[in-house]
Amino acid sequence: MSYPTADARLPSAGWRAVVRAAFPFLVVGALWEAVAHAGLFHPRLFPPVEAVAGQFVRLTASGVLPHHAADTLARLAAGFGLAAAAGVAVGIVMGRWRLAEDVLLPPVSMAAPIPGIAYAPLFLLWFGPGSVSTVLLVAFVSAFPVVFNTWTGVKSVKEVWLRSAMAMGAGGRHLFLKVVLPGALPYILTGLRLGLAQAWRILVGVEMLAAVPWGLGWMIFGAREFLNTDVMLAGVAVIGAIGLALEKGVFQRLENYTVVRWGMMT
Amino acid sequence: MSASRLPRSLLRSTVALALMAAAYEALARSGAFPPALLPTLPAVAAALWSGIADGTLPAHAASTLWRVLAGMGLAVVLTVPLGILMGRVRAVEGFVLPLASALMPIPSLAWVPVFILWFGLGNATAVGVVLYAALFPVLLNVWSGVRAVNPLWLRAGSAMGAGTAALFWKVMVPGALPFIIAGLRQAFVRAWIAVVGAEMLAASDWGLGWVIFDAKEFLQADRMLASLAVIGLIGLAFERLVFGTLERATVQRWGMVRSAKA
Repeated sequence: MSYPTADARLPSAGWRAVVRAAFPFLVVGALWEAVAHAGLFHPRLFPPVEAVAGQFVRLTASGVLPHHAADTLARLAAGFGLAAAAGVAVGIVMGRWRLAEDVLLPPVSMAAPIPGIAYAPLFLLWFGPGSVSTVLLVAFVSAFPVVFNTWTGVKSVKEVWLRSAMAMGAGGRHLFLKVVLPGALPYILTGLRLGLAQAWRILVGVEMLAAVPWGLGWMIFGAREFLNTDVMLAGVAVIGAIGLALEKGVFQRLENYTVVRWGMMT
Repeated sequence: MSASRLPRSLLRSTVALALMAAAYEALARSGAFPPALLPTLPAVAAALWSGIADGTLPAHAASTLWRVLAGMGLAVVLTVPLGILMGRVRAVEGFVLPLASALMPIPSLAWVPVFILWFGLGNATAVGVVLYAALFPVLLNVWSGVRAVNPLWLRAGSAMGAGTAALFWKVMVPGALPFIIAGLRQAFVRAWIAVVGAEMLAASDWGLGWVIFDAKEFLQADRMLASLAVIGLIGLAFERLVFGTLERATVQRWGMVRSAKA
């Protein structure tokens, strides 16, 4: 989902837009500093900004934070990769064959409304604590939006396109690769985007539950034991930055290369 | 969809579900997996029934629901006025939007450890996580909704002599309502995830998420699956009954959006 941003409306503002975007952060940062230094809360629980930044630099320099982040990203890639492959395949099968649709739709719609994190203990029970459960759960959870959107996309390919392609002599494989797949692609991309967002939202929580040795979720959850709020907040900031990068960097670009270029979306 | 097709797909769906249930039952009874990990369907049904009969499952469900509603209520109270201000006043929009875009990509569950330290284990943490999860969908949808109100309606309203208050209540709020409802829907889905996760991590003795997590410690997969079913049913009921009714009573009746089935 993309909302218009405020600075998109002033394209030629240049550095003034930067200042304008930075201003709210300066205000909030100053407020945070004031509260942290006022001594209302214990500094271990409400660390000032420089303590969080210092912890971030220290953890990055010692390689701890990059290791946590790399493991989390590897789990995300593995889980989401599985979900994308399986979800698109299942969605296409459901969209093309009525029998598959009738058979698969009821179980998929029954399992989908349960929030993914609720399955976590079940997966931990079945597959044991650690990375395997985490990856499988992330894959399972993020597959649902991919399946639903692929299915809708394949079904929404216009009958006229199919018939005109067939009239022009396109056969099974050709029809699928040149008409069905590109026609369904905007939906599939939306599904992948939703699935990735879902995977990311759940992964950090699952890492806390699954007792994985490395991972950002585990890092911030483990810091609780030692009252290291500064470590936690540094971790949360990294999690937010990765989330933002995933949204802006991966899918907007993919969309620009494919469906926008073909003139199917603007 | 043609009339003759519907019963056939219904039949196929029923047969498919029955076959899947039978396959699961056969697998559970085959002894390939310990029954504590893969309980039979009657065992799950029995766990569900005994939970309902002794009143524990409804009590867990009630405390989970209470947390969701409290968190969402707070989110609505905070963000609806803010979203409307953002839609009307450029300076507010310029201030809040960068902050919201920076905070939004942080999953609500990442705040659980921080909130545990700040608010302790229990209700306050769970409600706080729900609040965070519900905040951004409502805020951004209210903001888009207010901006999507046709300026012509506002001008027509004031030409017919409506004052500021009347314009707000009679034009702006109803005009933005389809977006606001969409935002609430989205917020509920996220809040529902957040509450279950928060209950697992910030264990507080009550709540459906806590039941599932607690059942894991005692290898009670039947109790786990039973409360999973309850979580799914409540989520579905909210989506269909609460939001469906809300939409039918307001924006659909006013003819602003059409029902999905049309």
